[in-house]
Amino acid sequence: MLLVPAALAVAFLVLPLVALVVRAPWTTLPEALLSAEVGQALRLSLVCATSATALSMVLGIPLAWVLARAQFRGRRLLRALVTVPLVLPPVVGGVALLLLLGRRGLLGQYLDAWFGVTLPFTTPAVILAETFVAMPFLVIAVEGALRGADRRYEDAAATLGASRSLIFRRVTLPLIAPGVSAGAVLCFARALGEFGATISFAGSFPGVTRTMPIEVYLALETDPPAAIVLSLVLLAVSVVVLVSLRDRWLQGSAA
Amino acid sequence: MTSPSLRLWVVAIALAWAVPACGSPTASEQGGTVNVFAAASLTDAFRQIADEVERANPGLSVAVNVGASSALSQQIVSGAPADVFAAASPAAMATVIDAGEATAPQVFARNHLEIAVPADNPGRVDGLADFADPDRTFALCAAEVPCGAAAAAIFTAAGIRAAPDTLEQDVRAALSKVVLGEVDAALVYRTDVLAAGSKVRGIGFPEAEQAPSDYLLATLTSAPNAAGAEVFGAYVLSSEGQRILAKAGFELP
Amino acid sequence: MTGVPGLAADLRVMREDFSLEVDLGIEPGGVLALLGPNGAGKSTALQALAGLVPLRGGRITLAGRCLDDPGAGVFVPAAERAIGMVFQDYLLFPHLSAVDNVAFGLRAARVPRRQAREQAREWLERMGLAALADAKPGVLSGGQAQRVALARALAPGPRLLLLDEPLAALDASTKMEVRSELRRHLADFNGCTLLVTHDPLDAMVLADSLVVIEDGRVVQRGRTAEVARAPRTDYVARLVGLNLYRGRATGGRIAIEGGGVLVTADSCEGEVFAVFPPSAVVLHRHRPDGSARNTWQGRVAGLEQHADTMRVQIEAAPAVLADVTAAAVADLDLTVGAPVWAAVKATEIRCYSTLDSDGCRSAPAAGPV
Repeated sequence: MLLVPAALAVAFLVLPLVALVVRAPWTTLPEALLSAEVGQALRLSLVCATSATALSMVLGIPLAWVLARAQFRGRRLLRALVTVPLVLPPVVGGVALLLLLGRRGLLGQYLDAWFGVTLPFTTPAVILAETFVAMPFLVIAVEGALRGADRRYEDAAATLGASRSLIFRRVTLPLIAPGVSAGAVLCFARALGEFGATISFAGSFPGVTRTMPIEVYLALETDPPAAIVLSLVLLAVSVVVLVSLRDRWLQGSAA
Repeated sequence: MTSPSLRLWVVAIALAWAVPACGSPTASEQGGTVNVFAAASLTDAFRQIADEVERANPGLSVAVNVGASSALSQQIVSGAPADVFAAASPAAMATVIDAGEATAPQVFARNHLEIAVPADNPGRVDGLADFADPDRTFALCAAEVPCGAAAAAIFTAAGIRAAPDTLEQDVRAALSKVVLGEVDAALVYRTDVLAAGSKVRGIGFPEAEQAPSDYLLATLTSAPNAAGAEVFGAYVLSSEGQRILAKAGFELP
Repeated sequence: MTGVPGLAADLRVMREDFSLEVDLGIEPGGVLALLGPNGAGKSTALQALAGLVPLRGGRITLAGRCLDDPGAGVFVPAAERAIGMVFQDYLLFPHLSAVDNVAFGLRAARVPRRQAREQAREWLERMGLAALADAKPGVLSGGQAQRVALARALAPGPRLLLLDEPLAALDASTKMEVRSELRRHLADFNGCTLLVTHDPLDAMVLADSLVVIEDGRVVQRGRTAEVARAPRTDYVARLVGLNLYRGRATGGRIAIEGGGVLVTADSCEGEVFAVFPPSAVVLHRHRPDGSARNTWQGRVAGLEQHADTMRVQIEAAPAVLADVTAAAVADLDLTVGAPVWAAVKATEIRCYSTLDSDGCRSAPAAGPV
């Protein structure tokens, strides 16, 4: 009795992707793939998603540690606050970023006045928008891994004379590596697909802020076959990332 | 889950889908709902016209769906249940006509591009030539949407190499960047400047006068409510409809 | 106290529903076993010594250095104490090879990588594990993992080695071998060793002296052999496998608390403990007419296989445990509920005063044993 809805779910999730593949303009595909716009958007998307993942790890892993290990009042509230971007419509996130870091934003006005830095419409703005939306995925995954990890390994390391930072680097992090990888993959995938926050905070300019999803959206209005080609590229990149990282986990746990 | 409640749900969902379909026959008595797909720049004017049409035709209700004309044309071609299409560019209308979804569109309004600047004009923009300055921040519409195509045509004609910082997906998105003060100027339609009120100031320029944008209206061939579509189209072209459009800043053909 | 070369600890720790008050001392090179039932506070004591749990009162000094003294506001964190700890389930870092596990403490002490690995290899060699240096903990057997854990704890050269049930995770067959090997390595170690266990055999084989705790308090302490001969609580008696009674003696006759009288060849007077091993008990179906001075009747309350003998639990005044052969169980038709006579020679019963060697009834002794 569960098989019928399960089959429906599979069809629902997979058939749209099949349609994408079936309706792809295969004859003109190589030409479309080699076009300057696609290359530019793909490169920008990869650079930004990778940077956003790196930034999320640098900031998110310590945050996850605080949420999992530190004892303080308001920890639940803090967790709720930092995971809001998970459920917030990304466009709202983009608007919020604009109101904070825009040229007239709460902080942005000082960045502009004191340092002459304006973030909107720049590549760093894309990275910030993607980080805003994607970091909570990493934080949640790493916090879960930290909670699941056996803390007595850390005790053992302490009795061997290891400082807190050494324990974190050489014991805690390796122990939660699978959780960190999972979080990083989710984070990267989310950043790669980011559209709403990017277009509202960073705008859309070829080579600077126009990432693949925005390119797909624009192409859909005038040149649907091009949109399909772009979508195929995004689909391929996503599948490659998921598969390659999944293999690495398996190797890691088997070693 | 073979319970009656599941079956009830299935029936309920099926009914919900069936009801709009059943609405078609009553359309001959000018009832039901007219679905109007309209360019984003028509938002305010068409909402007002919809109210007037509903008042004059009890039993008829009008639903206005606004967006970038190019996006709407793709939705219509993909089978969206639209009765009327009002496009901000001949190109978007052409997409629909080429697909056999409409014939004989009529020009019902014209619009001009205008430079929109924040009320305090922080970039001191005063003409089209300023758009070539890479140090100031400008928004244009993406070339794929009508306002972007119109802007590109104007810059080409004027021999100006514009240096925009962002190419927005529709005219209202470009306008909102001006409203928020994130850009020094954007090229939008005059009607958008009017709709934005006091936060935005419009600066006209002679090049725009030579390149007006034509707005086209058509009843769709596969309109579920063809009779209602006729009623709505007739009102737009009537003197009452034209007056509302003029008040919103449109020029009349 | 700063002159004490070994460990001197007065541990006072409070937990929600539990308080620990234990004092212990170990000479350099000495091995002290901390023995007690589950929940007695053994692990808490160990964690306090390791610096994983702070004291609420008392103090710890190791080799003249104060490690924890809440009264004086001193607390040295675990990483800065010269201790090594072998955990019950070893807790070898699963992502590091055996040699890197052993080198971990040396690396933490900023020994250069190559040198640390070299020393770690030497330690593994000493443990007979040279071939497994590059193996990950996941592929090691229980006994191998235990030796790696021991090498890891010893490699940085601790002054105090803490062993938390080091043999509990092993199966019976490897336990014996690992135990005798551990004894050899402990003999080579010139720091203090504290062994926490609930297995009296570990304590007998590995330790010179014992501290027995129950409910967070010391109930008995002394040289291992003394404690084994003269238990002072039912728990210790059960551990060392003796029948223990408390009573009042007058001229070789002991009136047992709770009923019954035992006659002993020892001379003792006043409040005394009387002990004899279960193997000294002879069972009869009918009243025996032999030379045994002590005979009394009871009922079989339980039977339990014990290595190659059967341990028979007898309800009587006083209650008694008897070890008999399986053949005797069959001959006597011993089943639960069956009436039975117990006989013990007076020469088998030893008695000693309930006052301990310091003249105190039950208060723990102060300072090192």
